[in-house]
Amino acid sequence: MRCAGIDIGSRTTKLAVLEDGRLVLARKAVTSPDPLETVRRIMDGAVFEVITATGYGRHLARAHLDCQVVSEITAFALGACYFSHDCSSILDIGGQDTKAISLDPSGHLCKFEMNDRCAAGTGRFLEVMATALGFTLEEFAVAALSAHQTVKITSMCTVFAESEVVSLLSQGADRNEVALGIHKAIVSRSAGLLKRVAPEGKIFFAGGVALNGCVRVLLEEETGRHVFVPPDPQVVGAVGAAMSGSGGQ
Amino acid sequence: MSDYTEMWSSLGLDLKSHDVLLAALGKGYSDVFLSQKGRPEGMKYFDFVMSEVHGLRIKELMDAKAEGRKVIGSYCVFVPEELILAVDGVSVGLCAGAEFNFEGAETLLPRNTCSLIKSAFGFKLGKVCPYVEACDVVVGENTCDGKKKAYEILGPLLRDLYVMDLPQMKTGKGKELLKEEYRKFIGKLEEATGKKVTPEGLKKAVGIVNAKRKAVKRLAAIRAADPAPISGLDALLVNQVFFYDDPVRFTGAVNQLCDELELRAKKKNGVVPKGTTRVVVSGCPMAVPNWKVPLLIETSGAVIVGEESCVGERGNRWLTEVKGDTVEEMLDAITDRYFNIDCAVFTPNPSRVGYVKEMAKKLHAQGVVHYSLQFCQPYIMESGPVEKELEQSGIPTLRLETDYGQEDAGQLRTRIEAFIERLKKR
Repeated sequence: MRCAGIDIGSRTTKLAVLEDGRLVLARKAVTSPDPLETVRRIMDGAVFEVITATGYGRHLARAHLDCQVVSEITAFALGACYFSHDCSSILDIGGQDTKAISLDPSGHLCKFEMNDRCAAGTGRFLEVMATALGFTLEEFAVAALSAHQTVKITSMCTVFAESEVVSLLSQGADRNEVALGIHKAIVSRSAGLLKRVAPEGKIFFAGGVALNGCVRVLLEEETGRHVFVPPDPQVVGAVGAAMSGSGGQ
Repeated sequence: MSDYTEMWSSLGLDLKSHDVLLAALGKGYSDVFLSQKGRPEGMKYFDFVMSEVHGLRIKELMDAKAEGRKVIGSYCVFVPEELILAVDGVSVGLCAGAEFNFEGAETLLPRNTCSLIKSAFGFKLGKVCPYVEACDVVVGENTCDGKKKAYEILGPLLRDLYVMDLPQMKTGKGKELLKEEYRKFIGKLEEATGKKVTPEGLKKAVGIVNAKRKAVKRLAAIRAADPAPISGLDALLVNQVFFYDDPVRFTGAVNQLCDELELRAKKKNGVVPKGTTRVVVSGCPMAVPNWKVPLLIETSGAVIVGEESCVGERGNRWLTEVKGDTVEEMLDAITDRYFNIDCAVFTPNPSRVGYVKEMAKKLHAQGVVHYSLQFCQPYIMESGPVEKELEQSGIPTLRLETDYGQEDAGQLRTRIEAFIERLKKR
């Protein structure tokens, strides 16, 4: 049986197709201002019997496609089990939200926390800060890793932090050190969320921000826990959605 | 609907803003309530009450005033309706549940104030609440710090604000304080109405309020049935109307609704299929038209089977013992009754979580949604330990913190759906 999962995120739309529980297709596309158009484009030519939508656009998809829906929290809990058998703590940092999830011993969703209504400490936050510092996202992580000292960022609000960064630069602060400060800020916030719901064991790190090597390294340092990043951390939600469509197998 | 323009004008309402509010309320009501499937016939009464909430009911208040009766408004379940009825007063709840004129409210209040307080100010300053305008006396009470300080600012805007002190601990001294405050309140009521509280009058008032509470307790008990014979939204509405309506008529309507629901339960006729995920909502009060979280829950595949809230069981689960032939003895019984209320302003407050557990068990709920209003310190502070204790007792709990705004509805829905998915897996 071929089950598809589509994860319509704020920045990226992801499609995964599982055939008899094996991942056979994974696609990604930037979510356009017309998410349905993105959905149709990404699904073009993909072969499957059932499809399950997740992500912030899931209800829009349900209204227009013949699909089931599952919350992204359950989708990540399921998807993490596809890529790992020994992680009971999951951290997902996506474009506009951060989720910390714990699984019970049988791998079922247990507790979870999400960031509040604003995008503080999410992928979007990193993007805005990189731009303020004149880096691409790739350069941003490398620059942060190269810094020997940290310039502390006190604000987690994207708008306030941006003005803080601009004012630090105007005072002559080192760009790389500011970059490290920003990465540390996002990590300490995420570690706090994790501590509340999933305080122990290996961390399964998913979402677009898991591609950032600096966040990964700092997360291990901050928590003292092993961090596992799957080969393609962005498709975990889509894989989980596909699994939910096949009865969670 | 009759034309109430003249009445509203005479109350000093801002007709233009009031029209906007009524239109939004009407649309909200129709979207949230009338769109539900398989509603009990008995809800028609409450639909009517809501359609006339600023009309016919206000006219009744004005008629009562014309007969020399006084309208006494309050914001808290610690204010005994029995005492108000004993001086032939009309008791109305004034809590507001809409994000209306918050800009106006913020000219007097800090931005970081809970929505319940801000809304009361927004309505008052925006001149859109006929209830508060109809009040001869408004009763405030020292529950949380937010309300306590807000009354200092609200006072000058009202005809007559009377503030009652409340204890913070369930000690002998605390109970004495409460009784003394109730005694002082009797003095205030007698002065405002020119009527004396007599043993006969008080006994009758206790009877009326007990009957009203018995009716909503009956409704609460019927909700243990699976399939649920009534939606959580409709049951919440009944508990909301509790604060506005004529108590005797309300009691009749609730009992009639209960007759129908008991029959439904017997015939296994529900508003949702048997086996639908069931949750209890616990936390801050939800005043009309604050239906946001219940709507999200009930449109995400679960049904609410109980509310541990001031607008719900915390306000109603105790009756006043009918005892004694003197006002003094009855005042003791009233104090005993109200001293049970396990509001989070009390420290410590163990009976609250104990009762949430009891509700989950007797109503066959799979989980609890803990609802806090942003900046409501007592309930937010208590939510952590409550969640911990419930989870340790095997009751999954979702903690939500929100306000009257709609901008977090998407994020709330994600959490609520995930929580319901968690409950279904069990």
